[in-house]
Amino acid sequence: MIRTVQTKDITENIKEMCIEANHFLSRDMCAVIRNAEKKEESPLGKQILEQLEENLSIASEEMIPICQDTGMAVVFLEIGQDVHLEGASLEDAVNEGVRRGYTGGFLRKSVVGDPLIRENTRDNTPAVIHTRIVPGEQVKITVAPKGFGSENMSRVFMLKPAEGIEGVKNAILTAVRDAGPNACPPMVVGVGIGGTFEKCALMAKEALTRETGAHSEIPYVKELEEEMLEKINGLGIGPGGLGGTTTALAVHINTYPTHIAGLPVAVNICCHVNRHVVRVL
Amino acid sequence: MNRHIEAPIDKKEAKSLKAGDYVYITGTIYTARDAAHKRMYDILAEGGELPVDLKGQVIYYMGPSPAREGRVIGSAGPTTASRMDKYTPQLLDLGMGAMIGKGKRSPEVIEAIKRNDAVYFAAVGGAGALLSKCITSSEVVAYEDLGTEAIRKLTVENFPAIVVIDSEGNNLYETAIKEYCRTEENGR
Repeated sequence: MIRTVQTKDITENIKEMCIEANHFLSRDMCAVIRNAEKKEESPLGKQILEQLEENLSIASEEMIPICQDTGMAVVFLEIGQDVHLEGASLEDAVNEGVRRGYTGGFLRKSVVGDPLIRENTRDNTPAVIHTRIVPGEQVKITVAPKGFGSENMSRVFMLKPAEGIEGVKNAILTAVRDAGPNACPPMVVGVGIGGTFEKCALMAKEALTRETGAHSEIPYVKELEEEMLEKINGLGIGPGGLGGTTTALAVHINTYPTHIAGLPVAVNICCHVNRHVVRVL
Repeated sequence: MNRHIEAPIDKKEAKSLKAGDYVYITGTIYTARDAAHKRMYDILAEGGELPVDLKGQVIYYMGPSPAREGRVIGSAGPTTASRMDKYTPQLLDLGMGAMIGKGKRSPEVIEAIKRNDAVYFAAVGGAGALLSKCITSSEVVAYEDLGTEAIRKLTVENFPAIVVIDSEGNNLYETAIKEYCRTEENGR
C-alpha cells in the first residue's frame, strides 16, 4: 500500500517542533538534571543546577528560549519506503518549516550562508538534513537544534585498531577534558565508534537524540557507557565548569562495522540543553 | 564571598574581587560577540575610533534571541569567551574593565587581565531565560546590521556572575576542578 504524505504537513510540524524544542526541554532531560542536582557534591555546582532548573521553568512558562543559542536545526527524517511525498520538494519543505519556526517563534537566527563570507541568512536556514529510507508507511521526524558552544568542542579521532577499547576511552576523556567549561556542562556525550570518517560522526550526532540515559542494547557497549559516565564525572569539571561531580548527564554510544585497518571514533558533545523532539506522521 | 558591584567598574573594585567570588552586577553593560569584536579590531587597525568608550566598561559576550512583544529582550546567556581571545588584550589595554562570558581564556588574555587590573566573570551557560530577567533595558548602540551580534547597551539589576579570573591571574576553572578530580590523567 502506498500512503501519500503532503510535504506541507512536514513543514507545519517542523515549524512547531523548532519552537517546542527551544522552550520545553524533553522529560528525559529534565529528569536527569533533577537527579544530578540531588546528587551533586559541590555547593556551587548544586546552586548552578538549581539555576538550570529554574531557567527551564521560566523558559516554558514565559516562552523565553531555554538558551539564546537556539541552534542550527539538525533534522533526521526516516521515511517509509511505502510513502509517496506530494507537494514542494522535501528539502524545501523542511527548510520552510525551519524558516517559519525561527522567524515566527522568536528564535535566534544563527546561520551564516557561507562559512567564510559569513553573512547571516536571517531565517536560520538551511537546516542540516539527514534522510534515511526505512520499511513502512510512516515519516518519523526528529528535530534537534544544536548549539555551537558544545558543537565546537566535538572531535573525530581516526584511531589504529591496536589502540582498541583503551584508545576509545582515552579519546572520549580527551574530548570531554578539552571541552571543559566551554561546552556548558553538564553535558550529554554522543559517541560513534566504527564505520568511516563521516559515519562515526553521524552516529555520534544520532546518539545525542536517544532518550537520555537509555543504554545500548549491546552488553559491552552498555558497560562502556556506564564506565565512561563515571570516569567523566570523576574529571571534576562540574556544572558550569566550576568544579563538581556532575560533568556529564549521560554517555550514549553507537557502533557500526568498520574496515580492517581502522577504528574511527567521533565524540559529539552537547550541553545540558540537549534538545530533541520526535514526531511520527 | 557574595558581592554586589556596579557597572561600569573601577579598577579599585576590580582589584578587590577574587576568583570564586559570587557577584551581582547592577548598572550599564555592553554586549559584543564575534562579529562586533572583529569590526572593532579592524577599526582600530585602521586608526579609527570605537563606537563605545571602553573605559571601565563591562563587556558581555552575548547575542540574544529576539524579544517578544512588550519584552525587553529574549533569551540572553553568555557565549564562549575564547573566540574573543584574539581581540581581547587590545581592548583591555584600551581600558575595558571586565568581561562576562563562559569558558577558558588564553594565556595572552590572562596576562592582559593582570596588566590592567581587570576581571573575567562567568555567567551560567545555557541559563538564558533566567539571566534575561535581570536585564531591564536594551538598546542597540552600534553595528545594527549585525543583527543579534550588534553592540547593545544593557541595564542590568543584580545580574549573577562568578569571578573566574581575577586581577592576580587566579583561575577558578583550574582550582575548582582539582578539588573534585578523581579520574587520573591516564583515564584510570
